[in-house]
Amino acid sequence: MSESMMTLHSLGPAVPEIYLAGAICLVLLFEAFVGVKRPGATGTLALLVLAVGAGLTVAFADVTHRVVLFDGAYVADPLAFVLKLAGFLSVAVALLYSRAYLRNREILKGEYYVLALTALLGIFVLISANSLLTVYLGVELLALSVYSMVAFDRESGVAAEAAMKYFVLGALASGILLYGMSIVYGLTGTLNLDRIAAAVSAPDSLGVVLAVTFIVVAVAFKLGAVPFHMWLPDVYEGAPTSVTLFIGTAPKIAYFALVLRLLAHGLAGASVDWTRMLMPIAVLSLVVGNVVAIAQTNIKRMLAYSTISHVGFIVLGFVAGTASGYAAALYYTLVYVLVSLGSFGVVLLASRKGFEADQLSDYKGLYRRDPLLALAMAMLMFSFAGVPPFVGFWAKLRIIQVLWESSHLWLVIIAVIMSVVGAFYYLRVVKLMYFDDAPQTLPPTERSVGVRFALGINAAAVLVLGVLPAPLLDLCARVIH
Amino acid sequence: MITLGDILTLSAILFALAVAGIFLNRKNVILLLMCVELLLLAANFNFIAFSRMLGNLTGQVFVFFVLTVAAAESAIGLAILVVLFRERRSINVEDMNTLKG
Repeated sequence: MSESMMTLHSLGPAVPEIYLAGAICLVLLFEAFVGVKRPGATGTLALLVLAVGAGLTVAFADVTHRVVLFDGAYVADPLAFVLKLAGFLSVAVALLYSRAYLRNREILKGEYYVLALTALLGIFVLISANSLLTVYLGVELLALSVYSMVAFDRESGVAAEAAMKYFVLGALASGILLYGMSIVYGLTGTLNLDRIAAAVSAPDSLGVVLAVTFIVVAVAFKLGAVPFHMWLPDVYEGAPTSVTLFIGTAPKIAYFALVLRLLAHGLAGASVDWTRMLMPIAVLSLVVGNVVAIAQTNIKRMLAYSTISHVGFIVLGFVAGTASGYAAALYYTLVYVLVSLGSFGVVLLASRKGFEADQLSDYKGLYRRDPLLALAMAMLMFSFAGVPPFVGFWAKLRIIQVLWESSHLWLVIIAVIMSVVGAFYYLRVVKLMYFDDAPQTLPPTERSVGVRFALGINAAAVLVLGVLPAPLLDLCARVIH
Repeated sequence: MITLGDILTLSAILFALAVAGIFLNRKNVILLLMCVELLLLAANFNFIAFSRMLGNLTGQVFVFFVLTVAAAESAIGLAILVVLFRERRSINVEDMNTLKG
């Protein structure tokens, strides 16, 4: 792009990132001068920043066509627009849910919000990446923010251990990703994903296979797919629940974008290779995630293994290797984020100071103690299990449909069997809440009206989107084209 | 004369050393951080070698970014290590066993 064309107006499509980078500095200053005296004020400001950001994104979005900026390093297209709005929404909801939890444990500090916003900036950079450099910077900005969020509760030794494990394995994954990128650069002589897509067309060249192998391994690490899932259950269990909620939701959107931009777009010419590599990863994730989740007694750990199985479904969408497969994976990701927000939100609301509510037995008799919370949790669990009319059913159905269309019959069979196995442990939570008696008197659940209202909307959305699935499905198909 | 193949071999050896170091090391967490740095250096070697071969500067610019990120990464890694040490009074890898993983 020539110097004269680089006017202020042409930066319009990059407004979400530019605004967010500025807002982060503002929130940091606010925390330093006001937030230290008034805990909680920074959280309110962060929510305000997110609301204004979503408004600006809508106002400046050019949702009709694809715009490439910064010498091809940045792309703004309808897909990026949808993913960014989903990112704003999921981070805002996550921050809203975690407030009471942080206050009860006296760790309501501004750093938490600043780190959440920098993670969101990393997510945005990744969503709009159109060059290996932007992909790498997005991955690292997101990952570094999230490592610090896990270690954020400085009094907790378990959280520090989880953060260390996450850091070492995450850094290993970044290193592998970088090594794969260096080979791609060596083969094509460019970092731009459009130009890489044009140059990579020989799927059987040894160099391409080598690069794809490194990149697939790194992506599987980041997504937490088997056999690269070792970090995920430990991090989910060890991190404070509010951080588990955060890392279980918005980053998944970013890693979906990572797979889409890097493999499905940049290395589209080698799709034969990477679909062949993703297939065993998806199948193993489904099997290990669902089977091991049955054996868990800790609900955070159970949801971690359930995450692994859902990642398996998302990867299956990519295995189909078609635009409708990517659209199904996008739909699954959005649905997963929605349901995941709600279910970790229930865990947050059920916990009190000194009571983490992280054991499955803590949910015995929840229906007696808090019927509304139990109802919300039951709806979310039914959705995760894929029971109609909840939205999780359509997500699973769509993935199975595209696999059927691309004639992967045995993958369809495995996906259906594993959904049935998965239904067991989700329904067990419902049974514990409704049909078991609490062994001793457990502390009451969080009563703050605003958060309960938000959670109610979240659970209602799971039902409404399940009854009327067409708009979101159409949207996903349209933005992927 | 050093050829492209020599440099790529060197970087592959560095990469393998780093990965082996991360998985085999049972002693000290600081060694893990050093292995992570080595991993990034191996990739940097590749970028510079390819950049020279192709006569194109993009790869070297990428290396500058990687170096910056590596600095941030070790800062965060060491910060987590300090938190861990304060809680456990140990930086032994074998002591990180509270979470079964």
